[in-house]
Parts: sequence; structure tokens; C-alpha cells
Amino acid sequence: MNQETRDIWADGLWRNNVVFAQILGMCPTMAVTTSGTNGLGMGLATTAVLVVSNALVSSVRNVVSVQVRIPVYIVLIAALVTLVDLSLNAWMHDLYKVLGMYIALIVANCAVLGRAEAFAAKRPIVASALDGLAMGLGFTLALTVIGLVRELIGAGTLFSQASLLLGPAFSFMEIQAIKNYGGALLMILPPGGFAVLGLLLAAKQWWERRQAGRPVPVADGPACCTV
Amino acid sequence: MNLDKLREKLAYHGVLLGLVGLGASGALATADYFTHHDIEAAEARDLQASLKQVLPDGFADNDLLKDTVSLKKADGSEVKVYRARLGAEPKGAVFQVASRGYAGDVVALLGVDRQGAILGVRVIKHMETPGLGDKIEIAKGKWILGFDGKSLGNPSVERFAVKKDGGIFDQFAGATITPRAVVKAVREGLEFYRDHQQEIYAATPSPPEGGRGPG
Repeated sequence: MNQETRDIWADGLWRNNVVFAQILGMCPTMAVTTSGTNGLGMGLATTAVLVVSNALVSSVRNVVSVQVRIPVYIVLIAALVTLVDLSLNAWMHDLYKVLGMYIALIVANCAVLGRAEAFAAKRPIVASALDGLAMGLGFTLALTVIGLVRELIGAGTLFSQASLLLGPAFSFMEIQAIKNYGGALLMILPPGGFAVLGLLLAAKQWWERRQAGRPVPVADGPACCTV
Repeated sequence: MNLDKLREKLAYHGVLLGLVGLGASGALATADYFTHHDIEAAEARDLQASLKQVLPDGFADNDLLKDTVSLKKADGSEVKVYRARLGAEPKGAVFQVASRGYAGDVVALLGVDRQGAILGVRVIKHMETPGLGDKIEIAKGKWILGFDGKSLGNPSVERFAVKKDGGIFDQFAGATITPRAVVKAVREGLEFYRDHQQEIYAATPSPPEGGRGPG
């Protein structure tokens, strides 16, 4: 693995993580992380779109002029997401019934546009696709962790209904972590999402400061739109 | 390079945007053309599966999707009623009911036998709070089975409500609005059935236009 590939992975999964460092894609992050399974599903769907959209944007990067690049990327991404939505609905209908609610939300995830602008518009196709994969998996990781914390405190379970998303073989993931738990509604509702995200961000900062023994520099994400 | 020079021109941007838009529309139109039959078929399969769920096994032997009648409700909206038959004999009906929940409409399928007793209820669409209001789904709880066998008069109208309102149906801890909405939708569905029973089983299947009022 050469230095560039290593950097792409490190950036995507941790250093420049979509949620924990760039603070992008807050709309899907808050909306779907009510359980670990939901976070995982949204993350995987977004990863698939990120890989293809990055490759697509990279392949037209020499033709698209700077002045109209944003509308071009938006049209490309929206068309791509709609294509995924239609084909899933037609040919993988059972999966669509589970993932359907996430697909349309991906257009509103500005991390996809952010990666097009910050990476794919300047780099070759293979590196761009890899960046999409790494960023997507980093996003998946963040969403799953937030979802698990909210689910554990809010409902006392872990990965509930994972078998609906991944198939019956994965029912072993569904754990009733706390027996006879009344639930903490606040964690399931939107305020719980903000609270958990804030605490996780603080924990990440604390950890990095401790590792480096000095203040952490501010993350350098594209500040296009934090939705 | 030639492309660089071309990109300087003002028209380049417009033409580029136009071409991208055209390409995207073309791709979507093509995708729609190739998927819409499969999507319709998949949705029909879904509906069929839901219809089966609200009727007991072997209750009907006809194709409910093809034996429908459209009726107007009191508020003017149309209801599509699927009729269940065994042989030629009408056995019951299935139709959609809806009521406003905590976040948007809760839509359910209601199966009723000829006497007006509930055969089954299944929530097919809702936007209630996950982990809280979504226990109305059969995948997440048995609550919805509590309607089976109930009818208008069993329990009486005042008791056809959640326990908090003096009725017989459980609410959930922390979520009363959602079960209340489902109970209301079901009760209104039963009343609709009582008021339109004659029309539902009138002989002509699938009249092209609705609006055949009672008398």
C-alpha cells in the first residue's frame, strides 16, 4: 500500500471522517441513527453512491468548467441516486423496502457533493473511487457507533432488526443488552442525536489531544453546506 | 489545448449544463422505461401479500386485486374496496383506513367479514417515532392483533378506544397518540363498512367511475 492509498484510508476512516471531523451530512446522521441497524443501512447505501459519484465526477473533471461545476455535480449525483432508487425498487424489492427510506435522503447529504468538490474534481478515477469507499465506510462507522449508543441508552438493545436489513443469517447480531429496560425516550428523539454526537466529538478531541500531547488543529473540510 | 480555449467562451457553460441535464434526463427516462413494469409488479405483489395477511388462510379463493369497487367516503375521498369471495359467495372486504398520528398519516389495511367483524388489521405506512410508536407494525409487536374479532358493538362505541380514553385497547408507554390514531382509523373503517355494506357487495365489479351514491 503506497503513501497515497494509506492517506486516503486514514482520512476517510478517521482523520478527516465525514461526521467526526468534517461535521458533514448532519441531516441523515440525526435522522436515521435511532438504532445501530439504521445507521449501518444508511452508511452502506451512502457508500455505494459515494464510490460511483466520485468516479463519475472524476471522469468528467476535464470537461466541466469551474463556473458551472456545482450544478453539474448536483445533477449528476441526483440522477445517480434516482437510478439507484429505481433499480433497487424494481429488482431488489425486499431490500428496497428496508433501505427505501434512506435512498432519497442521500441526495441531501452534502458529504457526497463535498467529496466531489474536494477530491474527485482534482484526482484520477481510481483514487476518487477509493476515496469514496474510504469516506463512505468512515461515514458508516460513525453512523453505526452513534446509532448503537442511542439505541443502547434509549431502548436497551443493540442492532435490533438487523436480520431485516442483512438477512435472517444475521439475527445473531440482535442483542437485548439490558433486560427489562424501560427505555429513555430522549435518546431516540432528535435531541438525543445531538447529545450523543457532541459527546462523541468531545471524546475524539480528548483522545487526539492526549495522543499528540498538544491542541488538535481544526479539521479542514469543505464548508459548503452543513445539512 | 483546444478544450481550454473553448472553455473560455461564455456559451460553453450553458451548453455544458444543457448537455449534462439532457444526459441525466435521458438516463432517468431510460431507467424508468426499463423498471416501471417490474416496480408495478413488485408493488402489486406487496399489496397482495398485505391483503393475504388481513384475511385468514383459505378465507377467499378469488384474485382480490381484480375484484374491486371504488366508493366515495363522506368527505368525498375515494376508497378502493377489495372483495373476498369463496366460489361465488361474498365473504368479506378489505380496504385502506387512515388517521393522523404523531407524525403524518398512519395508513392501515382493514379486513372485515360480512357481519362486520374484524378479520385482521395491518399498518402498511406510517412515520411514527422509531422504537416507540412503531410497535403498531406487526414486525415489531403483537399489539395490532388485538383488533382481531372485534366489531362495532363489541366493544361498544365508547369502549372502542385506548385505555387512557376509557376504552379496551392498550396504549404504549410514552406513546398514546399513535395507538389512538390506529384505533380511530379502525373504528371509522368499521363505520364506513356498516354504511356501505350494500354497495360493496353490489354485483358489478370495478365500476369505471365512482360516485354511485346510496339511493
